[in-house]
Amino acid sequence: MNKKQKKMMTRIIIAAALLIVLHFIPITGIPRFICYLAIYLEIGYDILKKAFKGIKNGQVFDENFLMAIATVGAFGLAVYEKSGDYNEAIAVMLFYQIGELFQSYAVGKSRRNISELMDIRPDYANIEKDGKLEQVDPDEVEIGSMIVVQPGEKVPIDGVIIEGSTTLNTSALTGESLPRNAKPGDEIISGCINMTGVLRIRTTKEFGESTVSRILELVENSSSRKSRSENFISKFARYYTPAVCYGALALALLPPIVNLLFLHNPAQWGQWVYRALTFLVISCPCALVISIPLSFFAGIGGASNAGVLVKGSNYLETLAQTKYVVFDKTGTLTKGVFEVAGVHHNTMEEAKILEYAALAESFSTHPISRSLKTAYGKEIDQNRVTDVEEISGNGVTAKVDGVSVAVGNAKLMKRIGVEAVECHQVGTVIHVAINGAYAGHILIADVPKPTSKEAIANLKKHGIKETVMLTGDIDKVAQQVAGELGVDRVYSELLPADKVTKVEELLAKKTAKEKLAFVGDGINDAPVLSRADIGIAMGALGSDAAIEAADVVLMDDDPQKIVKAIRIAKKCMRIVYENIYFAIGIKVICLILGAVGIANMWVAIFADVGVMVIAVLNAIRTLFVKKL
Amino acid sequence: MKKSYKIEVDCANCANKMEEAAKNTAGVKDAAVNFMMLKMNVEFEEGQDPKSVMKEVLKNCKKVEDDCEIYL
Repeated sequence: MNKKQKKMMTRIIIAAALLIVLHFIPITGIPRFICYLAIYLEIGYDILKKAFKGIKNGQVFDENFLMAIATVGAFGLAVYEKSGDYNEAIAVMLFYQIGELFQSYAVGKSRRNISELMDIRPDYANIEKDGKLEQVDPDEVEIGSMIVVQPGEKVPIDGVIIEGSTTLNTSALTGESLPRNAKPGDEIISGCINMTGVLRIRTTKEFGESTVSRILELVENSSSRKSRSENFISKFARYYTPAVCYGALALALLPPIVNLLFLHNPAQWGQWVYRALTFLVISCPCALVISIPLSFFAGIGGASNAGVLVKGSNYLETLAQTKYVVFDKTGTLTKGVFEVAGVHHNTMEEAKILEYAALAESFSTHPISRSLKTAYGKEIDQNRVTDVEEISGNGVTAKVDGVSVAVGNAKLMKRIGVEAVECHQVGTVIHVAINGAYAGHILIADVPKPTSKEAIANLKKHGIKETVMLTGDIDKVAQQVAGELGVDRVYSELLPADKVTKVEELLAKKTAKEKLAFVGDGINDAPVLSRADIGIAMGALGSDAAIEAADVVLMDDDPQKIVKAIRIAKKCMRIVYENIYFAIGIKVICLILGAVGIANMWVAIFADVGVMVIAVLNAIRTLFVKKL
Repeated sequence: MKKSYKIEVDCANCANKMEEAAKNTAGVKDAAVNFMMLKMNVEFEEGQDPKSVMKEVLKNCKKVEDDCEIYL
């Protein structure tokens, strides 16, 4: 609690205590009035002061003003009716103040919670000076400086590792708890926590341009893009308060006048004025106005903690209505790197064939050679390889351990007079012949990410109507991947511009309420990302283009995060609607009950403060997204 | 030109009122108040001096909500 809140707390406790004490002291008449008035002023003087200033500035529908009228009115009524029951006026003021205190406490608390979740801002950078480490403000570190990051410290600025290997904890950025290994030459992004070794890093960016700063900026600005629900609420608040106030005025004047003039009954001014004052107590739109942005803020905060950056409340709203998800294939559903997907028709062990192929290709810089080396997995001893001959467009022949090996495509096999067996699967096929005899072929393909299939199934489970895959790849490959993953529709052999056209076609087909999301890796698909209702970029760690172009940024490249993002959005929107219906519902019910005289001021103050407390507590639930 | 200012305000509705007041100030093209971050983003019209405009914005905000502050 801050100073202001503590002071308020003390005032509330004093007022409550005095109220209880006074309840047991049997005083009447003027002394009683003075005692209660003193408590009233103790708890409500600031409201009265603000109300007075509000009138001076022409703010008639200021909530302080309304609260002041309601309580002064209730006080006046007690005097007018000589009931001596001043409790109500004081209680309304007391509860109002409790409500305000709670609101400011809860909002402050969630503000802190969320900033703790996003606690990736480094406080300092270590610079080596005369053999000693010196802590400086990361803002002051220039590009190309050498910084030192010790175990347990955050990497403050993006850069390249010059010296030292370590494991990095990226969970604050990606929500992924699996540590990553880093070695000299690797690029390193700010915000990771260095876990084991001392690192020397040459910075490649300024602090302001580093990943950490960009992410923080994005999250901080996110709630500035307001959602439809938020706009609805602020509009609603603008009309609600005046409407209720005029209602109160009508309630105070009309029934007594009708009673007097037409029904020739007693006017019952006291009763109707009391009911009108009850109206004023409910007139504050605070519960609504606070809980909706708070829900979005907490939702965005929770999401960023899970490695999903949402650039605005409006995108959270759109994401919750997503019915179509369009994927880019390469790099999104598949790994985007070529890997050995299988060894077929082999006459010897798979490992043996891979070893021969990797060794024979070891002098080549072709991507295929890299894939073979990765699949082989062991250190390559190039001394074992002799007589290497690279036949451009065909492959390689060489002697490995003195055994002649030919590695290449069907043309090469034909050239050396070996009959190759065609592969029934799609991808790049590498035939291997050993000692002039066919030994089998190795299939190299862009393999789907391990979680892609599950992610697509989960999307279906969570209300996505159709999944579509777009790719520039040949149809045969596209169909196979789509079939394997369970994607509903595939469009293949598309140029980048065709992808925009396809997305536009899909956009035209659906209804306005159903939203279309496009998921890409942020490379080459910026136009599509911005054309879709909502653009999701994945694997954005370190990719500026993706962060720029997309509406939602997934910090790592796990397709399951798309499901998570949609679920977070849905939970957030559910809570937003709960709060809207609940708060408006209770207020309307209380207004009706107040008008017919069933609800008194005690009920009214519950409608105001109680609803706000519940709505705020409900809004904070959006923060908890870990289990989604 | 766009600028961001730190603000201090207690209730969400007051923040909305500040936003309205800022929007209606001469020289301000658009304004957004972010109650959760306690920030006010102001977009100024061409050729306006942010300093003098912000003084007016603060004055107008004080009118609608006495208990507010903009850190200029």
